[in-house]
Formats: sequence, structure tokens, C-alpha cells
Amino acid sequence: MGTRGYRYKTSHSESGPGDGGRTGSWRVQRPVLNTELCTPARRKAEACFICWLYCPDCVISRTIPPTIDYEYCKGCAICAEECPTKAITMVDEADRPADDEEPTACSYEGPRPCT
Amino acid sequence: MHIIENGNVAAALGVKLAGAQVIAAYPITPQTPLTEKLSELIEAGEMQAQYVPVESEHSALAACIAASSTGARAFTATSANGLLYMHEQIHWAAGARLPLVMCVVNRAVGAPWCIWNDHQDSISQRDTGWIQMYACDHQQIIDGVLKAFSLAEATSIPVMVCYDGYLLSHTYMPFVVPEEEKVARFLKPFKPAYALDPDNPANLNTVTLPDIRMDVTGEMAHGYMEIRYLLQEDLRAALTIAQQTEDAFKEIFGRGGNALVEPYRCDDAEYIVVGLGSLTYQLRDVVEILRGEGLKLGVLGVRLYRPFPDQALTEALQHARGVIVIEKALSYGYEGALCSDIKAALYEHIQDRSRAPFVKGMIAGIGGRDIRTPDLTATLRAAIAGTPEEGPDWIGIKL
Repeated sequence: MGTRGYRYKTSHSESGPGDGGRTGSWRVQRPVLNTELCTPARRKAEACFICWLYCPDCVISRTIPPTIDYEYCKGCAICAEECPTKAITMVDEADRPADDEEPTACSYEGPRPCT
Repeated sequence: MHIIENGNVAAALGVKLAGAQVIAAYPITPQTPLTEKLSELIEAGEMQAQYVPVESEHSALAACIAASSTGARAFTATSANGLLYMHEQIHWAAGARLPLVMCVVNRAVGAPWCIWNDHQDSISQRDTGWIQMYACDHQQIIDGVLKAFSLAEATSIPVMVCYDGYLLSHTYMPFVVPEEEKVARFLKPFKPAYALDPDNPANLNTVTLPDIRMDVTGEMAHGYMEIRYLLQEDLRAALTIAQQTEDAFKEIFGRGGNALVEPYRCDDAEYIVVGLGSLTYQLRDVVEILRGEGLKLGVLGVRLYRPFPDQALTEALQHARGVIVIEKALSYGYEGALCSDIKAALYEHIQDRSRAPFVKGMIAGIGGRDIRTPDLTATLRAAIAGTPEEGPDWIGIKL
């Protein structure tokens, strides 16, 4: 399969999860959200969303509560660093409890803007 | 309109006429008066452009890369060590396929410090994927800037317009300033192949993998190797587009015509001297002197050095007995890069090698060493009479 007809003659990527492949496997630590500390979760209102804003890979949803797409989250920890209420903590993947559910299916349904 | 001005002003007026929208440059001798002139034109409101004062040449080209990525017509200029300081961004601009134009006012490269002319600076950027044009006089500088924007935008490949420091940049010469109405016919408004758009955000020149891969939309995207192959393919195609650009220019302005090589008395020449830049015009006097002595000599100026016009050069040189390449730069440890390139072209294209002309490399004018006409005539007489020796001769060396 060739790329002769590709639209660009450069390396070009549009924002959306998955442009670099299933990058979740790169992760050493995973961000875990504590909804008791998370502002939109606690207030049940659209608020804060700093994690969504800062996520460089657009894998955090702007929802109540925000969700993290572990299929693509590389574990950079920027969300945990930026969260003003310390609602996100980084947990070593190796220390993850055995009964913790692995994300089963790919949640990616095609490109979507970071809205 | 004829005016008498220096080469740097010729370049600046060309940039103004081309309607460059963003200029980012850092002053360096002998380029400085060019950027000063541009900032004056912008300050006086004679030119509608943003002048970005930067802290280095690396930043100058980085700013132009950013400007060009948004779809602006961008220009920078530099010389010698400034050009080398840009080196990383020079590769980048070509790989990003941005139609920038840069004037390189040719100057010797340190160490030791030397502000005078040779071609080591731009020749050392030969392999960056830029198109390189060499001007021989002020008319070719001002016209060359316009052609450079046209060629860059037609190919999505950046173009260097190289001209000799001091010999052209600071000398005064009459030249025609192209009429705005004709420029408008020649150089169409810039329609970028891709321009950054805040409503459709994208990452440009992101990391590529060794192999091709699916992009976010599910389309198979190039790997690094495909992107680089396309640059090479388009550079080779630029040989044709450069000549088409030249023809279009000649149609409108009535001058020029030789985009690739510029011959002078080569038709019946038994020996042809080849070079770059203003030296090839000086060599016309040498040709006349030696023809007066019965030596059938011609001179061939290489106007476009990258992409290399191998076929045009072969056609011009193949019937000669000998080719003497005089260069103001060399690939240290071997010989002049142009000499090697010409040998390769002749080896590639002449089937019967027993009929191929000899190719003799010579080095001259390094660090602004005066290239005297009597030295050139004496050296060429000897090269024609004698058996070519191995390795380049250095004209005017005083060891």
C-alpha cells in the first residue's frame, strides 16, 4: 500500500487521539481521578476542566466527571500537575491492583476536535 | 526605470516588489545594508510588511518558517557564519516545504574571521534541499528575487538567491527596476499549498516513523522516507519549472532567458571555463583576451546550482576538449564541489568516455583574494597547453 496520493508532502497531523498509534502502551504511570476532589464532579457543574485544557493528547473528556482515555493516554502527568485540587494522582502501572479492570475496547471513534 | 545603486539595494527593491509580508533578519556583513534598506522601506510606509528584529540568524529563519507556515510571503538574508548558524532551520524549511526566499550575500567562513567574498558559505548548504540561484550582476539580483518567489511558490521549495559580497553587494551598477504592473503579471498572489488555520488546528512536521502509517482520518500517511523522496523528486522537477519561470519572466520583461546555465562564446569553444556568480562575467574579458591570441575559449556561468542542471551542463560542455572549473569554495580534502558535480554529470551522460572533455578544477578568490585578469589569462593558457594535474590549482596563492 503506497502513499503517493496522500494529501500532503510533509508530516501533518490533526488534533485527535490516536495520531501516533495506540500510545497508551507507552505509559509507565496512569493518572487516576478522584471524583471526591474533582471540581466539576463535586459541584456537578461545568467548571474547571483544566485537565482537559492541558492534556496534550486530547484524551481527557470535557464531561462531568472528566474521563481519561487510557487507550491513548501516555501518562505524561501534566493533568496531575495542573489539577488545582490535586484530584488526579499518578499511579505506577506495576502497582495497579490485579482486579483493576483493563480498558477493554478501543474507545476511539474517528477524529474529533478538542471541544 | 534605470537606477544606479548597489547590489544590496537591488535585492531590497526586489523583495519590496515581490510583496514580501514578513521579514526577519539579523545583520551581518556584507548583508547588513540589505536588511537596513528593508527596515527603512517598512518604517517609511513604502512597504507593507512586518519586520521582525531577532536575536540571531537561527531565530530569523525560524520566524520566517513560522510566517510562511501561516501563508505569508517571507524573506530573510544573511552571510557566512550567519548562514551556518541557520543550518538546522535551513534543512527544516526544505523538509517543511515552505516557499521562503533568502538572499545569501556570499562571504568567507571563519576561522579565521574574514568578511570578504568567497562561496564557501552557500556551497556548504548545498545538500539542504533548497534551490540555489547565483547572480552575476545587479540586474540578476533584483530579477532573481522575483523569480525566486515565483519558483519557490510553484514548487513549495525554499530558494536561496546568492550573490557575491562586496563585488556585487557594495558596488554600484545601473540596473532596471521592474515595473510594478509587470511584476503583478509575473508574480501572482501567493496561494500557499497549506496554511495554518486556527479553526482547523493541526500539527506540522510532527515526528514520523520509519514506516508509513495511518493518520487520524484513516488515510495512509507518508513516512520520513517518502517525504524526503518527494522533496528530491520535486527538486529534480524544479529544473524544468525554473526554466519555465525564466521564460515567463522574459516574456513579460524582455530580458534573461538562461535559468540553468548562461553561455558566453561557447558555441565554437574548444575550452570552456565554468564558474558561479560575478566571476563568470569577469571571465568574459578573459575570453576576449585569449580569443585574441587564437585560443577558442568560452565561459559558462552556472546560474542554478541546486537542483543541479546536469543535462544542460553536459549539452553545453560535451563537445569541448577541456573544461576548467574555477571555484571560490571547495570540499576540503578533495576539490571544488562544482568540479566534482560536473565530472559526475559528464560521466553519467557521455556514453563514449574517450570523447569526454578533460575537467580541471581550480580554486580562486578564497577570502576575497583579488582575482586578477592577468592571473586568469596566464593560468588558463597553462591549463590549456599542459596536461591537467591531479587536484585543484589555487590561482594567486602566495606560498
